[in-house]
Amino acid sequence: MARKILYQDAINEALDQEMARDDSIIVMGEDVVGGTGANGEMDAWGGVLGVTKGLYGKYGDRIMDSPISESALVGAAVGAAATGMRPVCELMFIDFMGVCFDQIYNQAAKFRYMFGGKAKTPVVIRTMYGAGFRAAAQHSQCLYNIFTHVPGLKVVMPSSPYDAKGLLIQAIRDDDPVIFCEHKALYATEGDVPEESYAIPFGEANIVREGDDVTIVALGRMVRFAAKAADTLAADGIDCEIIDPRTTSPLDEDTILESVENTGRLVVVDEANPRCSMATDIASLVAQKGFGYLQAPIEMVTAPHTPVPFSGALEDLYIPSPEKIESAVRKTADYGN
Amino acid sequence: MAASLSVEDLLDAYRTMKTIREFEERVHVEFAKGGIPGFVHLYAGEEASATGVCMNLTEDDYIASNHRGHGHCIAKGVEVSGMMAEIYGKGSGTCHGKGGSMHIADLDVGMMGANGIVGGGPPLVCGAALSAKLQGKGGVALAFFGDGASNQGTTFESMNLATVWKLPVVFIAENNGYAEATASSWSVSCKDISTRAEGFGMPGVTVDGHDFFAVHEATKTAVERARAGEGPSLIECKLDRFFGHFEGDNQKYRAPNEVKTIREEKDCIKRFSATITADTDITPDDLAVIDGEVQALIDSAVAKAVADTEPGPETLLTDVYIKY
Repeated sequence: MARKILYQDAINEALDQEMARDDSIIVMGEDVVGGTGANGEMDAWGGVLGVTKGLYGKYGDRIMDSPISESALVGAAVGAAATGMRPVCELMFIDFMGVCFDQIYNQAAKFRYMFGGKAKTPVVIRTMYGAGFRAAAQHSQCLYNIFTHVPGLKVVMPSSPYDAKGLLIQAIRDDDPVIFCEHKALYATEGDVPEESYAIPFGEANIVREGDDVTIVALGRMVRFAAKAADTLAADGIDCEIIDPRTTSPLDEDTILESVENTGRLVVVDEANPRCSMATDIASLVAQKGFGYLQAPIEMVTAPHTPVPFSGALEDLYIPSPEKIESAVRKTADYGN
Repeated sequence: MAASLSVEDLLDAYRTMKTIREFEERVHVEFAKGGIPGFVHLYAGEEASATGVCMNLTEDDYIASNHRGHGHCIAKGVEVSGMMAEIYGKGSGTCHGKGGSMHIADLDVGMMGANGIVGGGPPLVCGAALSAKLQGKGGVALAFFGDGASNQGTTFESMNLATVWKLPVVFIAENNGYAEATASSWSVSCKDISTRAEGFGMPGVTVDGHDFFAVHEATKTAVERARAGEGPSLIECKLDRFFGHFEGDNQKYRAPNEVKTIREEKDCIKRFSATITADTDITPDDLAVIDGEVQALIDSAVAKAVADTEPGPETLLTDVYIKY
């Protein structure tokens, strides 16, 4: 039965239901319990933002705090995955991949192919991304495109509580390494989530809103911003179709192309920096395979090519806004007029 | 000599060491002829380490290896003709020609892979050890790494994590004196890598890596400790490689006659043979029989590898989740 819960509680519920189902699922990360070895309470944090709170009480040693050693932590998760477990490893901020990327892209991503199909690495790396918390340049990035570039990794970007639960359950059951990207500004958002367990398949985009005038492909938090822009535009008679790819790897090319075939106009909204991004990737996909459908140049709404600034005045300018999306849609809708 | 080893064990150890030696000497020759593609790093000279370590393990235990991994693979039980075919890049190779010398892996016999990244293995064995611990079957996991990787942060992180999580891990530092072309006497900040164990709260010991029995004994102690749930250990095997860092290495950084002296005075197989023929009923003829069998095995592996077909073009896009 559906009820409204928070994005972060949907993630917790997915972990809980899966851990209850399968003993080989373990959770590891820095302060995913919080309090290990200290004199106070265990489960003091349940993750830096409380996402894993309560799991320790139910599953004990199957959820474990790690020293702040991301290479050893992620590598241990990968090694455990290759030897029979299904670890869900929390890499607190996606920005921290710099200190453990080898274990992700040279080890986890490569095993299945490089070993001729003789290994599987069913590991999920949950990680927080995105700007909006005044957390500055080293705790706010959108680096999912870097993982998307690497064959062997699957990359997931839930934009709603419903997707967060269903995609995480799919990620845990998947036999490939999955980078599960959670936008920190979405944790406190609420949405309908069924109580029962369900999995959302990878590589199947969600048509969030149907419309015939302009296609907006938006990722993660940007899906909500696109919806807001679409509401405003609808009042002016511009009907937007919003596509949420849900997973950037694999990418559902067909749904995007079919939508552009119908609308003839595309706006891609990506919170990441613009070069070599999902925005350019999706734009190039449509330019290559859907050129004949286009009635206007493709528009991209992205962050500028700068680090994420600290000051709120600057960070608000940095993040793509509903207003910028609205303006890009108007530009493409008006093209030629 | 270790009293715990039967004549059968000793002959097995001899066969393993000899197989590694012949495999590597032959790859050296075939590489020079141009038949083998890519980067190849040979283990000849270090056989007592892989063999002495792996004789303490079962098929359910795991090892992670490094770029110099052929010896570890053979000692852990990876099938030799599949390895040779893999090194030739053939479809019948252990990894169907997708891995090559630096990535031979066979999880079915507990071999988690040679590894092209220096320091790549230690974090992985922490995971295998965690699996073993949670599965409660008494399994252990070992990482072989060199003096080069002994300076990598991943190795330090893994040692700390293994102690903190009390994992059944054994870290095997094979110090062959050189990380590529740089001397470990210069690049390693302490005299013995094993002394770093103290900083991570685990026992550490340095042994003569040319001495099969010393390696075997030290590993036995460490593996027993790990199986008993008492946590990780570090063993440093000081040894020498007969060949360069990679095939094609001019080795000008080594002293004149250095390798010649090592081959004459520090050959672990000669030393092992002398000991077992002196201390047991094993005769040089017994060893000669094994030599002949090993030679035939390697000859056949090379012939098969050369004759095997290349991987089919359709396999370019298999074993990965999506084909763009």
